[in-house]
Amino acid sequence: MYKILEAGKLAGNIYQMVVEAPRVAKHCLPGQFVIVKADEVGERIPLTICDYDREAGTITIVFMPIGASTEKFAKLKAGDSFRDFVGPLGCPSELCEEANLEETRKKKILFVAGGVGTAPVYPQMKWLHEHGIDADVIVGAKTKDLVILEDKFKSVAGNLYVTTDDGSYGRSGMVTKVIEDLVTKEGKTYDHCVAIGPMIMMKFCCLTTKKFNIPTVVSMNPIMVDGTGMCGACRVIVGDEVKFACVDGPEFDGHKIDFDGAMKRQTLYKTEEGKALLRLREGETHHGGCGNCGGDK
Amino acid sequence: MADVLKKVPVREQDPKVRATNFDEVCLGYNKEEAMAEAERCLHCKNAKCIQGCPVNINIPDFIAEVKAGNFEEAYKVISQSSALPAICGRVCPQESQCEGKCIRGIKGEAVSIGKLERFVADWARENGIKPPAPAAKNGHKVAVIGSGPSGLTCAGDLAKLGYDVTIFEALHEPGGVLVYGIPEFRLPKLDVVAKEVENVKSLGVKIETNVIIGKSVKIDELLDEEGFEAVFIGSGAGLPMFMGIPGETAKGVFSANEFLTRNNLMKAFRDDYDTPIVHGKKVAVVGGGNVAMDAARTALRLGAEVHIVYRRSEAELPARAEEVHHAKEEGIIFDLLTNPKEILVDENDAVAGIRCIRMELGEPDASGRRRPVEIPGSEFDIDVDTVIMSLGTSPNPLISSTTIGLDTNKRKCIIADETTGQTSKDGVFAGGDAVTGAATVILAMGAGKAAAKGIDEFLKAKNN
Repeated sequence: MYKILEAGKLAGNIYQMVVEAPRVAKHCLPGQFVIVKADEVGERIPLTICDYDREAGTITIVFMPIGASTEKFAKLKAGDSFRDFVGPLGCPSELCEEANLEETRKKKILFVAGGVGTAPVYPQMKWLHEHGIDADVIVGAKTKDLVILEDKFKSVAGNLYVTTDDGSYGRSGMVTKVIEDLVTKEGKTYDHCVAIGPMIMMKFCCLTTKKFNIPTVVSMNPIMVDGTGMCGACRVIVGDEVKFACVDGPEFDGHKIDFDGAMKRQTLYKTEEGKALLRLREGETHHGGCGNCGGDK
Repeated sequence: MADVLKKVPVREQDPKVRATNFDEVCLGYNKEEAMAEAERCLHCKNAKCIQGCPVNINIPDFIAEVKAGNFEEAYKVISQSSALPAICGRVCPQESQCEGKCIRGIKGEAVSIGKLERFVADWARENGIKPPAPAAKNGHKVAVIGSGPSGLTCAGDLAKLGYDVTIFEALHEPGGVLVYGIPEFRLPKLDVVAKEVENVKSLGVKIETNVIIGKSVKIDELLDEEGFEAVFIGSGAGLPMFMGIPGETAKGVFSANEFLTRNNLMKAFRDDYDTPIVHGKKVAVVGGGNVAMDAARTALRLGAEVHIVYRRSEAELPARAEEVHHAKEEGIIFDLLTNPKEILVDENDAVAGIRCIRMELGEPDASGRRRPVEIPGSEFDIDVDTVIMSLGTSPNPLISSTTIGLDTNKRKCIIADETTGQTSKDGVFAGGDAVTGAATVILAMGAGKAAAKGIDEFLKAKNN
């Protein structure tokens, strides 16, 4: 069992938890992920590591409930435990490896963070800041209330650009518009971009950075089961190769990813997950008739 | 009077009934049937069956105890050599091992050694008989990586010798392939696998789940920081292979590993678990091994019409004859001498069919089997909505790539001495699929057993 030490909401429907997992905290690096399972009957859910404390032996996770399993997570409180919590999985971000430090120092780096994907950007920027590199970051959210971790980013970023889709806070418009503005109107140049957020955001970020010839890395979060390379569910097409996000990734060259294919794969279990969610929300009181849950069969 | 040339038949669930449930297919012998079958053993002095067993169970002795009705004694005889008899009695390929060597088999049918082993193990469990208690602890710590057949066997044997053993398991349940790979209807998880794991724990073995060696902790740390004096790697086979044909990343294409893991480990077939699984209406399983049969029979039980698509002929099917027989009885359709060329997809990138080509057998290839060659112009489509690729696996690089000084061969398998399990790295031993590539449960157990002996000798020499 893995004890939850802190649990709370960052904003809107975005939850943050600090979990006791000493083996993970000892070895993890920015860019890696964990697999979390609430209880005996729960699914294995991959979540990117959002912060870690080696001394306290803790890992911070951030998630938004979108299915039965993440809804279950959201109900847990400080003092409760996850049944399973395993990691660190995947490869660390190439930017955050000591061996690449010399190269990284020479680069002007832009991070683009969207929605709940904002959280895993933070440990990368923090690591770089601790190694004397202050990168710029665009933080995008739908609206003012959904902007997360702004203060934390302020302490580790060079320039912080917050933007909201509805213009209720910071700049107005999508993150791609900010990239365009920075490069074409505000005289910024970047040699490297890291984009983490919803698949659709990463796709359009990559289309934008490609125009400006900025190499771009994205973090993929496809369907996964074991997370150790065994099941192959997380395969993505990168260039003309099939890669497993869990062992080859999760970070890949965004200009080579087949986003359309990846987004279609993402919808595979939509109806199955919907069923599980209905069962969870309505429990014994739901007896079918909705046409979705199969409860009347 | 029963025909002494024939096995006492074993009771099975009716094929029509079992095709709709996940309960065990084979019901096993009862006392009377087991004792009658035991009568058929000739108790050979120079028993060939023992040589045919990778863990050298004293087969004639345990069968003699069954014949006399001393089932507890029979269990003790088996326990001297095997920690997992209820599992082996169910999933070993006895026909090519112990039973393949049985003298009875020359004129008639071999003694049903596997079913007798299963009977004894089940009887012991039902009557609360535990394996004999281990020797006093000797204070030396050994780490075992992986809780599949090789790891459990190695850990059990070392614990019996007095070692303080900890197993590290990457998944959330112990058992490895016994839990994620082999389906419930062949190997019940709660009644058989969990109980045998409990037996190994009752010898004093500790199991830490959710630890991925190479990621959560490295082998060198186990040796240098956590006080382990030797490590056994039994991490299994790993990465699934795909064909590299168009359409393979479409929705509805799964590796057999994923499909079986969702159903076996994550229990997607049970309504009380959250795991989603695709209930295909028409499923093609590509491949002809035991894993392909398991995937096919699982899909069938989830309600699908299932085709096995295999490029050679029936004679070359690598699956056990019993599994093929069961699959046919249950209504699996065999499309033999057939090879997929492309997976057809619809506008949503979901599987819409599989385009195949007919094959014929040509000259023998390197494996000695006749090479299948395409018949030009014979392409045809099979109407399916789900494709399961069951083409074998390649070793997982997580451990070999993070352990300095651990040599692998060109197939990326860990190199280990066959008799001791010793690898190129001091104090590190290995066995099972991580060394041989995908093979059988009992071969992995044999390797775990050999390595336990190798580790014991290594540590005795070192500590003297």
